[in-house]
Amino acid sequence: MRCTVLRRRNDTNTDTRPVGDAVGRSLPRREAREKATGAATYADDIVVPRMLYGAVLGSDYAHARIVSCDTSAAEALPGVKAVLTGDKLGGKLFGKCIEDEPVLATGKVRYVGEPVAAVAAVDRATAKRALQLIELQYEELPAVFDAEAALAADAPPIHEARKTYVGRVPPLDNPNLASYTCFAEGDAEAAWAQCDVIVEDKYETPAQQHMYMEPCSTLAAFDRAADQLTLWTSTQGVFIVQYGIAKWLGLPMSKVRVIAPYIGGAFGGKGGLTNQQIAAALAIAAAAPVKLTYSREDDMTMMKSRHPSRIYMRTGAKRDGTLVAREVRIYLNTGAYADEGPFVNAVAANFSRGPYRIPNIKTQSWCVYTNHLKAGGMRGFGVPQANYASELQIDAIAARLGLDPIEVRLKNALGTGDKFLGGQNVDHGTLARCLEAVRQASGWEARRARPAVQPGKRRGIGVASATHVSAMNAAGATVKMNEDGTLTVNTGAVDVGQGSDTALSQLAAGVLGVSLDQIKYAAPDTNFSPYNHQTGGSRTTYTVGVAVQRASENARDQIFDLAAELLECPVDDLELRPGGWVGLKGAAGKQVPFSAIAKRSLYTSGGPVMGTANWLYEAERFDPKRTLTAGFAPNAVGVFLFAALVVEVDVDEATGKVEVVEAWAAHDVGRAINPGAVEGQIHGGLVQGFGFALIEELLWDEGRLVNPSMMDYKVPGAMDVPYEIHAIVLEDPEATGPFGARGVGEIPLNLAAPAICNAIEHATGVKVTTIPATGERVLRSMLQPR
Amino acid sequence: MTESTTIELRINGEVHSLEVETRRTLLEVLRQDLQLTGTKRGCNQGVCGACSILVDGNSIRSCLSLAVAMQGRDIVTIEGLGDGARLDPVQQAFLDAGAIQCGFCMPGMIISAKALLDKNPRPSKAEIRHALGNNICRCSGYVKVIDAVHRAATT
Repeated sequence: MRCTVLRRRNDTNTDTRPVGDAVGRSLPRREAREKATGAATYADDIVVPRMLYGAVLGSDYAHARIVSCDTSAAEALPGVKAVLTGDKLGGKLFGKCIEDEPVLATGKVRYVGEPVAAVAAVDRATAKRALQLIELQYEELPAVFDAEAALAADAPPIHEARKTYVGRVPPLDNPNLASYTCFAEGDAEAAWAQCDVIVEDKYETPAQQHMYMEPCSTLAAFDRAADQLTLWTSTQGVFIVQYGIAKWLGLPMSKVRVIAPYIGGAFGGKGGLTNQQIAAALAIAAAAPVKLTYSREDDMTMMKSRHPSRIYMRTGAKRDGTLVAREVRIYLNTGAYADEGPFVNAVAANFSRGPYRIPNIKTQSWCVYTNHLKAGGMRGFGVPQANYASELQIDAIAARLGLDPIEVRLKNALGTGDKFLGGQNVDHGTLARCLEAVRQASGWEARRARPAVQPGKRRGIGVASATHVSAMNAAGATVKMNEDGTLTVNTGAVDVGQGSDTALSQLAAGVLGVSLDQIKYAAPDTNFSPYNHQTGGSRTTYTVGVAVQRASENARDQIFDLAAELLECPVDDLELRPGGWVGLKGAAGKQVPFSAIAKRSLYTSGGPVMGTANWLYEAERFDPKRTLTAGFAPNAVGVFLFAALVVEVDVDEATGKVEVVEAWAAHDVGRAINPGAVEGQIHGGLVQGFGFALIEELLWDEGRLVNPSMMDYKVPGAMDVPYEIHAIVLEDPEATGPFGARGVGEIPLNLAAPAICNAIEHATGVKVTTIPATGERVLRSMLQPR
Repeated sequence: MTESTTIELRINGEVHSLEVETRRTLLEVLRQDLQLTGTKRGCNQGVCGACSILVDGNSIRSCLSLAVAMQGRDIVTIEGLGDGARLDPVQQAFLDAGAIQCGFCMPGMIISAKALLDKNPRPSKAEIRHALGNNICRCSGYVKVIDAVHRAATT
């Protein structure tokens, strides 16, 4: 029998930390103890009575017409409670940007692994056996796997009905084109003549898989009597799932409840809908709760990846390094369905100028359907691809002009008051500060001039800049006082591991002058939480943070009104004191605890203390006088932030293998609400970027994924990361952010690949224009005559 | 055809008598039959390390171990570390270092760290990296994880 003695709550105020002190400290994560002991509950850990297990059958063909589908043998298997196919589901399409995707394939399949049938059974083994009994007949169609090839007039059509699809992206005539985006400023055509140097190249980036440690999992329960569907699911946003499920099933949202338990990583892969619809449909069909947890192979073959890209880029500069013109063509391979592809495509184009002033630019991007696994949002959201090409071109220009790569970046860096591509304001143009910080910390000049030499290795040092946005859409928050004076913060924001539960709690604690122990963070639940868009876009600490800060201030106002009655003085004479007290300014002994204020609110005056706030990030529009846009060109929704990275690498002369030796990264985060968590985002984002740069790549043989397992698709392990990753956190406060904060979730990933490839070039003289820069690729390039 | 047998498993100091199908892995039995859900399934292939447990003091993959082969062994899962009120020093070090993000890999990571430190109380950074090399974490970049193990070894 385990027994814990609870300490009695102090009834005097002994907290000596000043009010506001909860912000800016590396407090341990709220749920760290649960996670370290195995007590934390993730979706697959949940068990409910009468629960069945789901399993999904994937297509064997990349592009084929479904001729027939016989499920009778599967249905006859003892223990099987429901068998679904696309036809049984009615073929209703869904999609965040374009409604182009069936939940189970209808009529034809468009990639190997596409869900075609699903089963619910009494256990996993029975469900899997039932899948093997489903008899499908296909008639194979010609397939296309390359984005540019898919745009050719004679390419096999993947979405014949593209021109009838509805969604945020307008219909297009080309059956393989999901979306097109164009930005143009100045006159790139005319500007080439003014350039002293022009560099031009083609760049390719891989289909990186999110590889969150927890595969997608949903437990769906349908209560037929109450007509209520409840989902416990691994997701980035409970409301986006609630809306998507209700819309797809044709139910009012009031009949769908979504709860997020702890989430085992997401990185964009659990944005929008994952396997929730299949789980829900099975639960309704079986009239029983169904848990659908994907195996790693299911997850890798059925969910999504980062968009592989091919980018043609040309940049021109003056002799002194001033950038003059750029032309860009980006092809994103979005696979069989658009998912978030059109947004990713637009963001890639919008960020293809990088964090620089280039007065003349034309950038076009195509988001193209192919017969591959679909691609969607992943940490960086199109920017890692575009920034890779952009940052390699800056180094190429520096090399041609004999200039230092950091100097060329400083010369062209966006500063405060400059305009982003599209004309949006840069309010905190701190790239130069970031570059100076990494230059100094890394000892750039000395290392660049005299790389340490080891036998058999070539050492090099490289740099990259990056920018990203932080924010997006709407958030609400409530800060409710409990009867004992403690507080409950509720936002509906899902902590996918980055630490937002703790950071948002710290914001409330900071406003109200209490310790983290005095604040409960409510788990996201559509039944109880205020609306929140999902976790993504580096938005939670920033956008939800604003709502939490304002709701806390609203609660504080109510607390002060009640305290003024208790202390019989005007509100203006009151001050918060640490640990949940309100005192009379200048009178140390005159104070009341939050518990007395709570009691007064409940039994004497005013009613319960309930701070609320709602907020929508209102984005600045593109400036049509400055920028010509065409196609699907949504404006960037968020505040811009900046970062810089220097990495040192060793390249093995015999194998071409690249090892990152040391890294220095500077990020301007505005204000680090929890500096330890910020460092964690920087370390983790960079290492995911190292994987993108060096080893990670989904590979296909024709339409079939050849490495859908953690055995064959490697992500960085503890042996693969440098001993030292120096996270330099700069704080130029964000005027609009909570306590000055900006979100740092994605930007580290934008830095890694170009800095590494620039370092490889410094080490070997070889330009690596296709990543991942595997040993084989680097060695081949090194052996090529130049 | 499935074949079942009755086995006794000693887990976290407690002996459990169970009837299990011979094809089932220890991971399945821990998670489904005993509700010891702290042990996670990341790949079910012995690669990611999320299902690591201690067997006779060694960190092994419960997804690659048949439950029936584990009779007579001393099994410790993440739930068996610490004494309920107090965390094991290794767990505490992970909290103190701020090493935990999504947490899904952490039970396995902590188990592997525990196995290392029980055998080698003062490992070098290189030894720590090597010992954790087969436990994948997608969030942390390992910096604070390695720091946590280093802390546990030096405090």
